[in-house]
Amino acid sequence: MTNLTDLTIASALTGLKNKEFSATELTQAHITAMENARGLNCFITETPEIALKQAEESQARYNTDEARALDGIPIGMKDLFCTDGTQTTAASHILEGFVPQYESTVSGKLWDAGCTMLGKLNLDEFAMGSANTTSHFGNVINPWKDSSGSDLVPGGSSGGSSAAIAARLCLGATGTDTGGSIRQPAAFTGICGIKPTYGRCSRWGIVAFASSLDQAGAFARTVEDCAIMLNTMCGHDAKDSTSSKQEVPDFTAALEGDLKGKKIGIPKEYRVDGMPEDVEKLWSQGMEWLKDQGAEIVDVSLPHTKYALPTYYIIAPAECSSNLARYDGIRYGLRETGDDLRDLYELTRATGFGEEVQRRIMIGTYVLSAGFYDAYYIKAQKVRRLITQDFDDAFEQVDALLTPTAPSSAFAIGENDDDPIKMYLNDVFTVPTSLAGLPGMSVPAGLDSKGLPLGLQVIGKAWDEETVLNVARGIERAANFTAKPQILGIKEAA
Amino acid sequence: MSLTRDDVKKVAGLARLRMTDNQMDELLPKMNNIVGFIEQLAEVDTDNVEPLANVARSTLPLRTDEITDGECRDKVLANAPESEEGFFAVPKVVE
Repeated sequence: MTNLTDLTIASALTGLKNKEFSATELTQAHITAMENARGLNCFITETPEIALKQAEESQARYNTDEARALDGIPIGMKDLFCTDGTQTTAASHILEGFVPQYESTVSGKLWDAGCTMLGKLNLDEFAMGSANTTSHFGNVINPWKDSSGSDLVPGGSSGGSSAAIAARLCLGATGTDTGGSIRQPAAFTGICGIKPTYGRCSRWGIVAFASSLDQAGAFARTVEDCAIMLNTMCGHDAKDSTSSKQEVPDFTAALEGDLKGKKIGIPKEYRVDGMPEDVEKLWSQGMEWLKDQGAEIVDVSLPHTKYALPTYYIIAPAECSSNLARYDGIRYGLRETGDDLRDLYELTRATGFGEEVQRRIMIGTYVLSAGFYDAYYIKAQKVRRLITQDFDDAFEQVDALLTPTAPSSAFAIGENDDDPIKMYLNDVFTVPTSLAGLPGMSVPAGLDSKGLPLGLQVIGKAWDEETVLNVARGIERAANFTAKPQILGIKEAA
Repeated sequence: MSLTRDDVKKVAGLARLRMTDNQMDELLPKMNNIVGFIEQLAEVDTDNVEPLANVARSTLPLRTDEITDGECRDKVLANAPESEEGFFAVPKVVE
């Protein structure tokens, strides 16, 4: 029989429909892979019993020809999505043991469509990080290795999602992207990841980090699989006032569109100093691939790019300090004993939050405090408008932008840990898109000289995920990326 | 502009984070490093630019002012570290 953990979502759906294997067999194969690969630390909570029960229900629907869009597809859920009755931690000690009494809108849509839940995936604490090293439950290990053999980071914050898909532990996974948390880990692990337009997916029931930036999205091994996942995940939700009423198209219909005459912009400000030659080379290769398929390459300028990171590191911590004020030790989560109420708050929060989260709360509180609010926060909101206008201007001339996803391939665990700014630079190519609320996707395009995957990013106009997917599919077709990581949940037959 | 030890202490108090002297000493240069980084924005000309609070490309919806949920006290209390008689329990706040 084919290796069930190596299927795509699309081919698994076909196999299930044709009764080549059962939903239970498919889910069981992934449970075995998940158990074999515990060393990667992808999952905070494993839920095999839930997955098998859902698989049984899916199979029953296949048997009566009532199968739903994603029936029987085993996925992982980033542990930032509240799941009714299953612990949801945001990878923080302060939420350890928290069992939601409700289901997030996006996860609920995926279960309704027939997905089976293998478990809750590890991440950076409250999604704050670019290496998955800030999780209270330990770092995730990238299944890819370079010749040094040392453990590499899977990217972050959705590092559990990216590593699990690359290692063939699940067919798809959810992620959230605030400044690059879907696209950068996808690039570091050689898989696809898409962040749709802000407002496409409901944020209801997702543990909040920075509400004006947070957006859910999908990870999978192919562009088509990401489109299939998005079809289910997107859509208006009355419970999220920023969720859009924009009609959701069938994203899979956009995949095989012609690239002839499409204008692809290359932002000159993304040629940053010190970019590794491999990244530079792959970027040029990407342009050639699109040209070969009939697209036109156009130089564009996004003049405020260099201010995106400092803008982000005002706005995101400000919103974080405000959102995380709710963790008070009273209503849910950790409580430390204190002499009085203030003592309880301070001890609970000092014990419950990790170092990076505390640092961001501190920065956020500082930039929002009396006397500094205008100089920092309002200033950042103004620059945010200029960054957004840069994109609007560029999209007057082009249909999509092509950039590298990250300035390097995966690095060793512990590297960059001592210098927050150096860590933040990982997101230099992804943060501007987030500030402008635009859709962006990372697609694996090749290996660097160390044998590690690199991704290219496609950025589109608001609500135009279809062009993003179409261009990403063009790159996928040309790159023909078939390399696999050294660690797999189920070893392939020799 | 750089922060002082007293600034860090004040901000930690506002953020309700208990910090030891050692932690504040360690945090001070890191915060100053980050503040120095974000201060680059001062060089951007933002005269006559409106602040952008949210990129949601739709107007906020209105709905009828009516009760749409409730009757779920036990669910609300399910994760409380301490509850009594259907209420959250906290340390004594009034003598």
